[in-house]
Amino acid sequence: MKDKQLIVNAIKNGTVIDHIPAKNLFKVISIIKLENIDSQITFGTNLESKKLGSKAIIKIADKYFLDDEINKIALVAPQAKLNIIRDFEVIEKRVVEVPDKVTGIVKCLNPRCITNHENITTKFTIVSKSEVSLKCEYCEKITHQDQMEII
Amino acid sequence: MKNRSLVSITDYSKEDYLKILEKAADFEKQPNHETLKGKLVATLFFEPSTRTRLSFETAINRLGGHVIGFSDASSSSVTKGETLKDTIKMVTNYVDLIVMRHPLEGAARYASEIASVPVINAGDGANQHPSQTLLDMYSIKKTQGKLENLNIFMIGDLKYGRTVHSLVMAMSVFNPTFYFISPEELKMPKEYLLYLDQIHIKYYEYPDFLPIISEADIIYMTRVQKERFQDPIEYEKTKNSYVLSNNMLDNTRANMKILHPLPRVNEINTDVDDNPKAYYFTQALNGVYVRQAIISSILGI
Repeated sequence: MKDKQLIVNAIKNGTVIDHIPAKNLFKVISIIKLENIDSQITFGTNLESKKLGSKAIIKIADKYFLDDEINKIALVAPQAKLNIIRDFEVIEKRVVEVPDKVTGIVKCLNPRCITNHENITTKFTIVSKSEVSLKCEYCEKITHQDQMEII
Repeated sequence: MKNRSLVSITDYSKEDYLKILEKAADFEKQPNHETLKGKLVATLFFEPSTRTRLSFETAINRLGGHVIGFSDASSSSVTKGETLKDTIKMVTNYVDLIVMRHPLEGAARYASEIASVPVINAGDGANQHPSQTLLDMYSIKKTQGKLENLNIFMIGDLKYGRTVHSLVMAMSVFNPTFYFISPEELKMPKEYLLYLDQIHIKYYEYPDFLPIISEADIIYMTRVQKERFQDPIEYEKTKNSYVLSNNMLDNTRANMKILHPLPRVNEINTDVDDNPKAYYFTQALNGVYVRQAIISSILGI
């Protein structure tokens, strides 16, 4: 019982991001720049999940995300669910949506792309949302989900 | 088009294409103008391309403009480690227009974001070379009298050929039927086929062109390069299937013309050169008129 309590340690106010594929937890952490958040953050990973096999969860106290901020994680965690917590209650559940454009975050897979040779922020247009693929606005090559490398 | 960069062929609309081609026809009738008098154009060739550079510089000179620039990155400060950004930042202060060739893909788009003057992409790696596409279209229009409803054969390396990809995108607004003829290894990339499906443009894929050559209005030849093959035996087996020779042209349509972006190696036999259906050398000359049209449209004169 004690172990279980540790896993689901509740927060009073903040956001719980659930259903992150375990292997992508650290990508999510880097995309939403958790290193810049001062409040209490708890992670759990390699947790059992019927949907994902093994999942990860992040609880961030006293932090609420804007849609733009959080939708970026859809690139690596398309099934992620957000629980918005106020006073220990889930007051809202949200899903993430793949954005139409992505600036930064992802590296262009094309080694001959100018963004891999000069200090340029990458820019992509999303050409497919179901199986996420990104078209580089510079070299026009397509980076598919399984080739995605997070900067 | 005025003051807008031309980086990718899809930056222009169907109306833009038609305007450029119309203007190019005027320049063909009367190539010498003074419209660019007092204007300065930079031709920045970070990799050598004599054909393209001479074509652009001829176009600029025929318009009465002046050219500055370099024909090879080794004669520029790139060898000292200057970034593309800094080179563009500097040049943009001097000139009214930048024409740029670069070995890296996306370099022209990036330059167009930095420059305060319009940028014409004269080739960025394997990505785009829009003035080539427009001169291909001009050649098609001139030889066929129209752009609509043509049977366009594309033969050779359809996987890596950037001229092929751009021409497919541009011509697809004129209801063509495409015949893609290539070895298995060098087939048209899926993303282009998907696009054609989406916009309901008909296309066929064949490994060999001889049985169907009588259907062609335009044959667009490209070079099948040995280094594109993983297996050299595959190359030896297929290389001769994509070579055009004069005796193959007997059953072709009277209006049929053969285009090639050049340089040619051996994919068109030299015995084709004297056939009136061979158009590739005139096609190259058309490049000057089309580039005159592009430059003057962008500078709004």
